[in-house]
Amino acid sequence: MHQGLRTTMAAVVTTIALATAGCSGAATTSSNAAPSEDYSATNPANITFWSWVPNIDKVVDLWNADHPEIKVTVQKQDGGDALVTKYLTAIEGGSGAPDVVQAEYQKLPTLVSKNALADLATVGAADLQSQFAAGTWSSVTLGTSSVYAIPQDSGPMAFYYRADVFEKLGIAVPTTWDEYAAAAKKIHEADPTTYLGTFSSVDAGSFAGLSQQAGAQWWSVDNSNQSWGVGIDSEATQKVASFWGDLVEQGVIDNQPQYTTAWFKALNTGKQVGWVSAAWAPGVLSGNAAATQGKWKVATLPQWDASAPASGNWGGSAVAVSSQSKYPGAALKFITWLNTSTDAAQALVDEGGIYPAATAAAAATLTEAPEYFSNQPDFYDVIAKSAETVAPFTFGPNVNVAYQAFSDAFGKAAEAKTTSAFLSALTAMQEKTVTDLKNQGFTVSE
Amino acid sequence: MSTATVVRAKSRRSNSNTKTQTRAAWFMIAPAFVLFLLFMAAPIFYTLFISFQRTKVSGLFGGTRETIWVGFQNYVNSFDSEFLASVVRVLGYGCILVPVMLGLALTFALLLDSPRTRSKTFSRVAIFLPFAVPAVISSLLWGFLYLPSVSPFSYILNTFGIQSPNVLGPDVITFAIANIGIWGGTGFNMIVIYTSLKAIPSDIYEAARIDGCSERQIALRIKIPIVMPAIIMTFLFSMIATLQVFAEPMTLKPMTNTISSTWSPLMKIYRDAFQNSDIYSAAATSVIVAVGTLAISYFFLAVVQKRAFGQEER
Repeated sequence: MHQGLRTTMAAVVTTIALATAGCSGAATTSSNAAPSEDYSATNPANITFWSWVPNIDKVVDLWNADHPEIKVTVQKQDGGDALVTKYLTAIEGGSGAPDVVQAEYQKLPTLVSKNALADLATVGAADLQSQFAAGTWSSVTLGTSSVYAIPQDSGPMAFYYRADVFEKLGIAVPTTWDEYAAAAKKIHEADPTTYLGTFSSVDAGSFAGLSQQAGAQWWSVDNSNQSWGVGIDSEATQKVASFWGDLVEQGVIDNQPQYTTAWFKALNTGKQVGWVSAAWAPGVLSGNAAATQGKWKVATLPQWDASAPASGNWGGSAVAVSSQSKYPGAALKFITWLNTSTDAAQALVDEGGIYPAATAAAAATLTEAPEYFSNQPDFYDVIAKSAETVAPFTFGPNVNVAYQAFSDAFGKAAEAKTTSAFLSALTAMQEKTVTDLKNQGFTVSE
Repeated sequence: MSTATVVRAKSRRSNSNTKTQTRAAWFMIAPAFVLFLLFMAAPIFYTLFISFQRTKVSGLFGGTRETIWVGFQNYVNSFDSEFLASVVRVLGYGCILVPVMLGLALTFALLLDSPRTRSKTFSRVAIFLPFAVPAVISSLLWGFLYLPSVSPFSYILNTFGIQSPNVLGPDVITFAIANIGIWGGTGFNMIVIYTSLKAIPSDIYEAARIDGCSERQIALRIKIPIVMPAIIMTFLFSMIATLQVFAEPMTLKPMTNTISSTWSPLMKIYRDAFQNSDIYSAAATSVIVAVGTLAISYFFLAVVQKRAFGQEER
């Protein structure tokens, strides 16, 4: 009750503090130092690095041991959202930003739209394109000829399922979404309290990844007239929305959010026997579904068109150079090592438990399945197959607004349990996103 | 020396006395005043200031950004269907919360004040204790009790073969949220009413008993009318807290599809400011909520004052 009042005040005061910070810096958004390539072992380039990846400092120690001319200092951050807020405050304040910064893919356009990142194409980053899957690379170029970051890890999506349940019911692992729907029906009919999955209205990232697989382009850049296209309510996404809406309407999959206590319990007790997730799922499962270890297996995502396999990304991050950095060239050298070399990838996998985005580095380091999946030695072969087929996808400058609109609109639709509600949720999401872009002053091509 | 000069001299002395007193008073309230200016007045004026502004970007990635004045545009935009729906929702929430919470608080206070009640201290602490639990924590606790698959209540109902209701479903979500508020707020309001009951001199009760009043009549005819100002105060506070409900729905939100990010007006402000990074709309909506709260409180007091306090003055 009274906390309500206190929270309001806190919220108002913080709003104002942020507003003041944003306002005072608005006029001074420009890179302040001329890029320098003047450094040596005796006069090293000092580079600061903001990241939240666990044990990243141990990985950076490996670099520092071999590279006296470029000395990297890690400043640990709390997490993706907190980092972006803090970073943008430093950028708008004109100083205090690190040289190198970790950022999730969907945050990059926002950072670019605030002039916060250096264009790495000017220091030769375009050469790295061949190391990454096309879909991953497009997330850091935003569909332009610039390169705003180098991908570090990615979350190629995959389908996790309880192999024992499938075997008991005599269901083959679904290779198409139609087969997935049939399997969901069969499992739910065998036991009405059991579901193959749930439609989660709190995970916009998952829905974005599934739309990416279906070929949707939620945002697109039109370089000729400097405008944005928004394709959320497009045929490809409609296909995904009506597929899940139909399953929810039939009641053969659940409609409750993921990542709740109830959902974790369902995974652990065998009431949820499947999960459309990504490469990082073993971490979540081992922490929350320990009782079912050894019963899960992974497969590539079910397909819309089995003859042209595709996949999407859910999660993952890249490493960028700040527009305030004095040493963009040196910073890129470090990032190139960090995100493409086998040594660094091995250390990142061992210390941070990530899935490297660089395809060669991933293949060289991920030879052994994670402990939770020791029953499936070819775990990373399956993930690699998904990573190779990630479809291109561009994030726009207002992903936050679109994701927020997703949660609200699809929350209502999941509760209404009709396919038509899912489709109108998509329309609402499109409208909100377009309106916000226009309100901010972007040009939107219809 | 005539009387007049004496009077004048006296008044002059007292005049200079008042002056030093005034100066001392200013000196003493200065710290509070400065803090008020810095942390209340300045933010309020700044909120007003930015509520008339907006940033405009241009170019594909917003290469240039400028802050422009937009007059009342943010205010006009604030009155969208989401905001109006949130206000209606919160009014419904208040209609459940305020009467139930204050009714319970008054009942508990009267029971504690009744001479026949045993173990008063224990009961008082037990009823007050939930107020000491932060709203976020109590919402999490209640959330676990609400989620059917982890709730012990659902478990008990299911063992008896009864289908447990979905408390987080769209029909009853308002009750579920109000319940948390009632659980947390009853104790505080009870203490306020109980304190003012304790201040009633006991000879009034004696007189009443001699006149043949029963305990129930004493409660209804004497106690409640005397503690009316305390009840009105708790009503006003509860009303303001209702309009500003935030922590409970915010904490329950990730557990269910039914709570949108604009469930209450404050949640909408929070979403605009921190999730959609649009502090300008958030500022305008904040001002609307503040002015609305002020207007309702003032109107309520104006109506009630005549009835509640009018008698004493007459």
